Amino acid sequence: MAEAHAPLLSLRGLTRRFGGLTAVDGIDLDLAKGGLVSIIGPNGAGKTTLFNLVTGLDRPDAGTVSFEGHDITGLSPERLAAQGIARTFQLGRVFGNLSVMDNVLIGAHTRLRAVKPAVPVIGPLLELGLALLRPSSVRDEEERLREEVKAILARFGERLLPRIDQPAYSLSYANRRRVEIARALALKPRLLLLDEPTAGMNPSETAEMQALVAELKAEGLTILLIEHKLEMVMRLSDRVIVMDEGKKIAEGPGEAVRNDPKVIEAYLGHGLSGTSEQESAA
Amino acid sequence: MSSWLDYTINGLIVGNVYALVAVGLALIFGVSRLINFAQGSIYLVGAYIGWVAVVQLHTPLPLTIIFVAVVAALVGVIIERFGLRPLQNSVRIAPLLATIGISFVLDQLVMLTFSPNPRALPSQLPDVRFQVGGGTIGPLDLLIAGVGISSALLLFVFLRYSKLGWAVRAASQDRDAAMQMGVDVNRVNQAVFGIAAALGGVSGLLVGMYYNQIDTAMSLQATLKGVVAEVVGGAGNVPGAVVGSLLLGLVESYGVAVFGTSYRNLFAFLLLVVVLVLRPNGLFASARQAPPEPLTGTFIAPSRPVRIPRWALAVAVAAFAILPLLPVSFYILQTLINAWLLGMLALSLTLVAGTIGQVSLGHAALLAIGAYTSALLSLTLSVPVGLAIVAGGLMSAALGTILISPSFRLRGHYVSIATLAIGEIVSLVILNWESVTRGPIGISGIPPLSLFGYDLISPNSVYWFSFAVMVVLALLQARLLGSHLGRSFRAIRDDDIAARAYGLSLNRYKSLAFIFGGFAAGVSGGIAAHLYSYINHETFNTQQSILALTVVILGGLGNVVGAIVGAVALVGLPEVFRIAAEYRILIYGIVLLLLVRFRPQGLLGTI
Repeated sequence: MAEAHAPLLSLRGLTRRFGGLTAVDGIDLDLAKGGLVSIIGPNGAGKTTLFNLVTGLDRPDAGTVSFEGHDITGLSPERLAAQGIARTFQLGRVFGNLSVMDNVLIGAHTRLRAVKPAVPVIGPLLELGLALLRPSSVRDEEERLREEVKAILARFGERLLPRIDQPAYSLSYANRRRVEIARALALKPRLLLLDEPTAGMNPSETAEMQALVAELKAEGLTILLIEHKLEMVMRLSDRVIVMDEGKKIAEGPGEAVRNDPKVIEAYLGHGLSGTSEQESAA
Repeated sequence: MSSWLDYTINGLIVGNVYALVAVGLALIFGVSRLINFAQGSIYLVGAYIGWVAVVQLHTPLPLTIIFVAVVAALVGVIIERFGLRPLQNSVRIAPLLATIGISFVLDQLVMLTFSPNPRALPSQLPDVRFQVGGGTIGPLDLLIAGVGISSALLLFVFLRYSKLGWAVRAASQDRDAAMQMGVDVNRVNQAVFGIAAALGGVSGLLVGMYYNQIDTAMSLQATLKGVVAEVVGGAGNVPGAVVGSLLLGLVESYGVAVFGTSYRNLFAFLLLVVVLVLRPNGLFASARQAPPEPLTGTFIAPSRPVRIPRWALAVAVAAFAILPLLPVSFYILQTLINAWLLGMLALSLTLVAGTIGQVSLGHAALLAIGAYTSALLSLTLSVPVGLAIVAGGLMSAALGTILISPSFRLRGHYVSIATLAIGEIVSLVILNWESVTRGPIGISGIPPLSLFGYDLISPNSVYWFSFAVMVVLALLQARLLGSHLGRSFRAIRDDDIAARAYGLSLNRYKSLAFIFGGFAAGVSGGIAAHLYSYINHETFNTQQSILALTVVILGGLGNVVGAIVGAVALVGLPEVFRIAAEYRILIYGIVLLLLVRFRPQGLLGTI
C-alpha cells in the first residue's frame, strides 16, 4: 500500500447494510492529496452513510478505509478527528447553546496540547487540574486559539464576526452552516468532508460558499464534497462520483459524468429499465 | 417452599406481574419514545383503589378488577392530557422531567390520603394450595397467570384487529408518516396511556393481594422493575417486555433462593446494568441498530442566562457571611445550613445533569458514599473530621464515577434509568454489607464537625463552615465552566455525535464531570453525616435526588448561582410559609411540573 504517490484517502469495497437495504454497496474511491472529489446522486443514494463510514460514526460491514496508507477502518470518530479528518453534517449540527466562539473552539479541541498533556492513565485528571489552575501555558494556548478562531470567522466576512458571542441557536440557517464549516477549519484538517454545504442557501449565499470552497482547495486542502448543486460540483471538482442505491454508477471528470446515460437515468427515475423491484424493496 | 419448582413458579408469577407494568411501558415508549416514570405510581394508585374496593366497598373480585382498571385508566388518560400533551413540542428533557414530577405528585397524594403506613390487602380467593409436581400453586397464582395471559391476548387482539390498534402500531413505527395518513396521534397517545395505566393498576392490585400488603414504597420499586423488564426486552417491544418480565422474575426468584430475600432487588438492577452495557437495545434487538434516541433536537431549553454582576454576588456572599453576627434565630441558621448542604448537592447535579446533560436520578447515592466514608474513617480509624470529609468527597468522586461509567454510552432516558438503578444498588450494598456498613442498624455516634482540632458545634461555626465549603465549591465550578472543559461538557450535552466527530471522548469528559460533581456531593454527604451523628441506608434516599433535581431545574440547568438560589428557595420557602413536612415533597413535585411546563429554563436560565 505504501506507494510513493499513495492517495490520501482510499476506500475499497466499502459496504454497509441496514437490514435488507444495502445503503453503501462496494464503493471504491481514491482521493489524492490536495484534490477535490464530489459525490453526487439522488436522495437516499447512500452519500451521507458513506461519510459516516469514513468518519467513524458508523462501521462498515465490509471493505476498508485507509488514510495516508494506514488502515483506519472502524476507528472511533474521536481518533479520526485527532488524525485530521473533519466533517460537516447535512442537517447542520452546531452546538445550539454554545456561542459561535465556543462552537469553533470545539473544532480546535484536538489541537489542545498545554491543557491536555499526553500522559496515560492520569492524563484526564491532569487535564481537570490544569483547567482549574490555568497556568500561563494554558492561558496562552487558549488566547492563541481564540485569535485563530477570529481569523477563521473573518473568512466569512461580516457574517459571523459580529455574532461571535451569540448562541448558535439564535443564528440563521445559513449562518449555522457557516459556523459548522468554521468549526471544521479550526481542526486544521488534512481531509475535509463537506456534506451539502450549500443546502438551503439562496443563490448569492451559494456563490459565496462556492468561492470559499474554491479558496480552501487553492490553499491545498483535500476535500470530499457531497453536493446537489451541479453547477458548483462541475466548477470545483477534479473528479465526480455518482452514487445510486448504494452503488457507484459513474466516475470521472464532471462533463463526462454529466452526459453519462446511467446518471441521467438515476436522476430522472428508474422507470426506463428493470430496476423497479429494488426500488419497491427500498 | 424450598424446591426449585417452587422458585420457578414464584418467578414466573412475579414475572407475570412485572409484565403488566412493562407492557404498558413498552406501549408508551413505542408511541412517544418516552419512558414513563409515573407507571409505578399508577400501579400504586391501583393497589390503593383495590384496597378501597375490597375493604370498604366489599366488591366481589371480578368487579374489583374492573373497578381498578377503569379508575387507573382514567388516571393514565389525565396524565397524558394534562401532564404530557402540552409538552409535545418542547425540548427532549421536558417529558422526562414531567413524568418524574407526576410520579412524585401521585405518590404523595396517595400517601397523604391513606397515610404512609402499610395496609393489608386481603386476597378474595380461598387459601388452598394444589400440588403440582414437586411444588405447590394457589388460586391467586392462577389468577395472576390468568390475568397476565388474558391481558396479553386482549392487547394482541386490540393491536391486530381494531382500527385504533392499527393506529397505535402505525404511530409507533413512524409517527410522522402516521400523522400524514390522518392518524390522530393525540387519540393514540390517550389510548396507549389509558391501556398502560389499566394494566399497571391491575398489576398493583394483584401484587397487593399476593403479598397481602400495600404501602407507598411500592411505586418506585414497580417503576424500576417495569423499566428493567422493558429495557431487557428492548424498549418499545411489547412481546420483548413480556419475555423480559418473566426473565426478571426468574432471575430474582433464583437469586433469592441462593442468597436470601434482601438480595432480590440487587439482582434486578444488576441485570439491568448488564443489559444496558452489553445490549442497550435489549436482548431481542439485532446487534447494531440506530441509536434509541433521536439524533437531532435540543435536549435542554435554550435561553440566555441572567447575568448577575460580580459585585452583586460578592455583596450577597458577604451578607450571608455576616448573618450569624446579626440577631437572627437559631431556626433561620439551621434552615440555611440545610440549604447550603443541599446547595452543594445541587452544584454537583447541575454540572452532571445540566452542563453535560446526564440527568441523574440516583444522586443521593453520592451523598451516601461520602457520608459513610467520612463517618467510618473518623469513627474507626480516628481520621480528623476535616480530612475525613475530603476523603469522603474523593471516594464519592472515584466510586461514583466507576459505578456510573457503564451508562456513559447511554443517552437521555436511559441515563436516568441507569443512575436510578445504580443509586438503588448503592443503597442495597450499604444495607447488605454489614461487616463494613453495619447494615440496617446504621452508624451512630459519628463525631461532630471539627477543623484543626477545634470542634465546630455552635450553630454559628457550623453555618460558617458549610457556607464557606459551598462557596469554595461554587467558585471552583464556575472556574471549571469558564475553561475548555466547560465548553466541552456543554458541547457533549448539545450534540454528542458532533462532539465525538471533533475528538471529544464521551468517556473521558463524562468521567471528569462525575469526578468533579461526585466530589461536591460526597463532601455534602460527609458534612451531613457529622452533623446528624447518625446515618443509615435510608438517610440519603431518592426523595433527595428528586429534590436536588427540582432545585437544579428551578435555578436553571448548569447554572452555578441558580443551583444555590434554587436550594435556598426550596429549603427556605416551605419554612417561611410554615408548610407541614408531609406536604413538602408534594410541593416539590408540583414545582417541578410547573417549571417544566412554564419556565423550562429555570429562574436564572440554562448555561
